[in-house]
Amino acid sequence: MAEVPEHLLRRSRERREALGAAPSGGGGGADGGGGADASPPAGDDDGEKIPASLLTGQVAAPAAAAPAAAAAPAAAAVAAPPLKGPEGHTQRLLTVVKAGSIQDVKAQPTDKVHVWPHLLVGEFVASLALTAFLLVFSTFVNAPLLATANFNFTPNPSKAPWYFLGLQELLTMFHPMVAGVTIPGIGIFGLILAPFSDKNPSQKPEDRKFAIALFTLFLMFWAVLVIIGSFFRGPGFNFTLPWRDGLFFDL
Amino acid sequence: MARRPGNGNGNGNGHRTMGDRMTEVGDKVRGSQAWTAIFRPGSIFRKGYTDSPRNRSYVIMNSLLYHLHPVKVKRHAVKVSYTLCLGGLSFFLFIILTVTGIFLMFFYRPTSAQAWSDIQNLHTGVAFGLLVRNMHRWAAHLMVLSVFLHMARVFYHGAYKPPREFNWVIGVILLTLTLLLSFTGYLLPWDQLALWAVTVGTNMMGYTPVFGTQVKFVLLGGVEIGTDTLLRWYVLHVLFVPFVTVIFMAIHFWRVRKDGGISGPL
Repeated sequence: MAEVPEHLLRRSRERREALGAAPSGGGGGADGGGGADASPPAGDDDGEKIPASLLTGQVAAPAAAAPAAAAAPAAAAVAAPPLKGPEGHTQRLLTVVKAGSIQDVKAQPTDKVHVWPHLLVGEFVASLALTAFLLVFSTFVNAPLLATANFNFTPNPSKAPWYFLGLQELLTMFHPMVAGVTIPGIGIFGLILAPFSDKNPSQKPEDRKFAIALFTLFLMFWAVLVIIGSFFRGPGFNFTLPWRDGLFFDL
Repeated sequence: MARRPGNGNGNGNGHRTMGDRMTEVGDKVRGSQAWTAIFRPGSIFRKGYTDSPRNRSYVIMNSLLYHLHPVKVKRHAVKVSYTLCLGGLSFFLFIILTVTGIFLMFFYRPTSAQAWSDIQNLHTGVAFGLLVRNMHRWAAHLMVLSVFLHMARVFYHGAYKPPREFNWVIGVILLTLTLLLSFTGYLLPWDQLALWAVTVGTNMMGYTPVFGTQVKFVLLGGVEIGTDTLLRWYVLHVLFVPFVTVIFMAIHFWRVRKDGGISGPL
């Protein structure tokens, strides 16, 4: 045996003697019913010997435990209840549950990398490059500041910010309510509905030819309108050619 | 860890070197109460960093970054060719715009009498005023572009499909908010470009069916553009729309993680 601290040995000896003196005072009465007669007397069991039930070949029938439960108090009064089960165990095995029946593992192990450094370094470099680009660009290209606002002088042409020039371009073709509210409203609403109207579960481009074609059409529609509105519209918002008449465009 | 005098520090005379003293000061600072109050247990600023899987996890777990990133992501998610960094750069542009915008606010008064001359003064009389205004302007245009391209990227990857439908909807709202942010800022210089661009824009909104006139009145703070409009759009631009945008961005980033990280691989 490994070294057991002296005070623990002393305490266990005292406890055993106390139990030997007053057998019915122990807490092991409930599990002692079936094996009461097979167990050796509690007093001479020092915990290192093989239990007598194993030596003699007698195995306490587990089934006997249940019917004997009612008689247990009586048996405990007659024989000394052992501190251990019939086979010397201090615990009972209730049941064995295999992992698969209680754990439902849905996630498959995937190939993962640490965010630091693999993702953060990329993000850092990207943001640094963007900052550098912005600084250099802002050093050489000034933001426009035209003459102060004048309600009595309408510049010709008057243009909206570039991202609304597609709408302004539509204004030349449709009633303002259609061009300014209905069509952009349908556009935004259509975008919001995209995941709910596209029932195709695949993410592979080859399976989504229609969705990709439709969205590309949508992007091209706005891109062409914005480009026409930005570069090909001059005084009176009439059609011009930028290489012939110059640019009528401020960012 | 400081080497003691005569402990072979290499200078041969047994005196403590500058390096020894620096190490001692460093140890003292890292052991101080203030330092340990600031940095959490497990922070690499407490324990030091040597490259190991455990420390790589600690970098994220014991810092503010844990709000944005998990400890690990799918290997394909770090490929620049997949995301083109567009979402992250949009967020970064928003940060740049916030910083430069706060700078501009120190020199700008949103009244029709002062707005234009304040900007003129910013160009000529404020150190780096012109540069910061340029950065704000170009970053704003870039952000519209990058948010738009981010949306296109997400669509072409089919990343709006379940379970990410709701995050796509949040994204469309964020696109609209980005356009609003840019458009409300457009009026603030109070020059001819601003005035007439906004006139074109708000005239169009006036054609909203049923309550078009009311929409226009609320947006302009009157029947036509004036100093009330300027104040209104200023507050919308510097407080209201950014506030709403930040809330939606928080939901957007949170859902990216809750929906299982970014989509793919294809």
